[in-house]
Amino acid sequence: MIKTWLASRGGARIFGGISVVVALAAIELLIRVGIVNRFIVPLPTEIIAAIPRIIVDENVLHRFWQTAQEVLWASLLLTGFGISIGVLLYRFALLRRACETWVGALAAAPVVLMYPLFLVIFGRSATTIVMIGFAAGLAPVILKTTEGLAGTRRVLLDVGHSFRLTRSQQFRKILLPAALPSIFVGLKLGLIFAMINIVGVEFLINFGGLGQLINELAERYDLPGTYGAISFVILTSIVFFVITERLEQWLTPAH
Amino acid sequence: MASQCAAPAPSAATGDARLLEVERVTKRFVTAEGAITAVDDVSFSVAPGEFVSIIGPSGCGKSTLFNIIGGLVGGYEGRVRVAGDTVSGTHPAIGMVFQEESTFPWRTVVDNVAFALEIAGVAKAERQERAAHFVTMVGLSGFERRYPAELSGGMRQRVALARTLASKPQILLMDEPFAALDEQTRLLLGDRVLQIQQQLKQTTLLITHNLTEAVQLSDRVLVMSYRPGRLIRVVDIDLPHPRDSEVVSSQRFGHYVAEIWHDLRAEASRGIAEAEARVLQGGAKP
Repeated sequence: MIKTWLASRGGARIFGGISVVVALAAIELLIRVGIVNRFIVPLPTEIIAAIPRIIVDENVLHRFWQTAQEVLWASLLLTGFGISIGVLLYRFALLRRACETWVGALAAAPVVLMYPLFLVIFGRSATTIVMIGFAAGLAPVILKTTEGLAGTRRVLLDVGHSFRLTRSQQFRKILLPAALPSIFVGLKLGLIFAMINIVGVEFLINFGGLGQLINELAERYDLPGTYGAISFVILTSIVFFVITERLEQWLTPAH
Repeated sequence: MASQCAAPAPSAATGDARLLEVERVTKRFVTAEGAITAVDDVSFSVAPGEFVSIIGPSGCGKSTLFNIIGGLVGGYEGRVRVAGDTVSGTHPAIGMVFQEESTFPWRTVVDNVAFALEIAGVAKAERQERAAHFVTMVGLSGFERRYPAELSGGMRQRVALARTLASKPQILLMDEPFAALDEQTRLLLGDRVLQIQQQLKQTTLLITHNLTEAVQLSDRVLVMSYRPGRLIRVVDIDLPHPRDSEVVSSQRFGHYVAEIWHDLRAEASRGIAEAEARVLQGGAKP
């Protein structure tokens, strides 16, 4: 009975919510008994109490919207350019052999440290933040797109040939749908990398949305406020993940 | 009843008309171990409405022949003709069913079956209706909205068969479509294929390594040798129509199986011995 309930979507959500509450309660307890230093990690109840304050005083919703917009633009660039470059690498074997290692290396590179270069090129603006997010998330989208296309089973392509599909039909009707699950894995990874770097650069250059707010609150040593602002970063991440997952469910209903 | 094919030549098909003609086809592959002749001077023909099987041991070039006739492999000697039209590349008259599971996992059963119609530009309502007809024909009525992942291996192969039949091919070309299935399912699906073949008068060429399947389904069985793949015997199967899997218990069925196995046994033994020798010599997989 309980197993069936937990296996249902609603049950899993409620169980997830309860897990978060239990974890927060455990942290609260550890801090209150003095095992965790409250001057490093504030009490979860203090963080929750600080949220209305940062909404009113720090204009956090506006900053949330700024960061969300930057993530949105970076996501759109990642989808457009990342998938296109992935398709190019799949189509041209020489290009793939020449570039794949470099793209893999880019995935491991700390792109955020190149922020002075981006500042010189784009100025201290949202464009710099978006472009760093885009650069940081590009590699996984390219690699997973190429991997998904190259991993399409030979027999599916043979089916396409046997039905005399044109090259464009072969791509639209077989290759792309077959690669979509892998492409979405790349997009999710790219989104994670982009978000981390966007908030990180906002923090570093003290500009924009939630990253800048975290910087300001941390410098004021407003720890509950800082963690409250971080919870809005998590909220941004959840919003974009839910959107991506809904898109994936819509485009790949069988998976 | 059976004829030897010492010098391969176009065998006599039923009647004068020859829908499919394979003329002196030879295919060589260049590998790291040197040139391998996969198919050597193979000739035969198939008449309209006829069910012909090609049987041979693993590695005899059956699948290469399947790909050549289907137009998926080029660079061979000889000629393949469909209704007098020389085949170069895939041909609209030939519909292929593959050995490997080939349904599109992102499409429902009915959308899989409607695939060829969608490519042909048939309107959605019409193609769904026509696809539903073929879904019923292969016995999957009620599963139209299911995805392949929700079906068994045998059901998925029936979806692939329906998808090919929906394109209304003149020649149905099948490469061991039931190879991955258990024997009982294979026999029952054989019944289904026979029903469809009789209903549609579908010209069919089946590639198989299964003796029971070949005799159960065919009007004629062509036996191939191990590498290089040559036709070594043609066996006309004179079993009554309409046929079903009950036929496997008849004495004549056993006689045909024994007759084909007599030729195939030596070739299969040779294939296994050569594969083992290759492993011993070079560490290659059998």
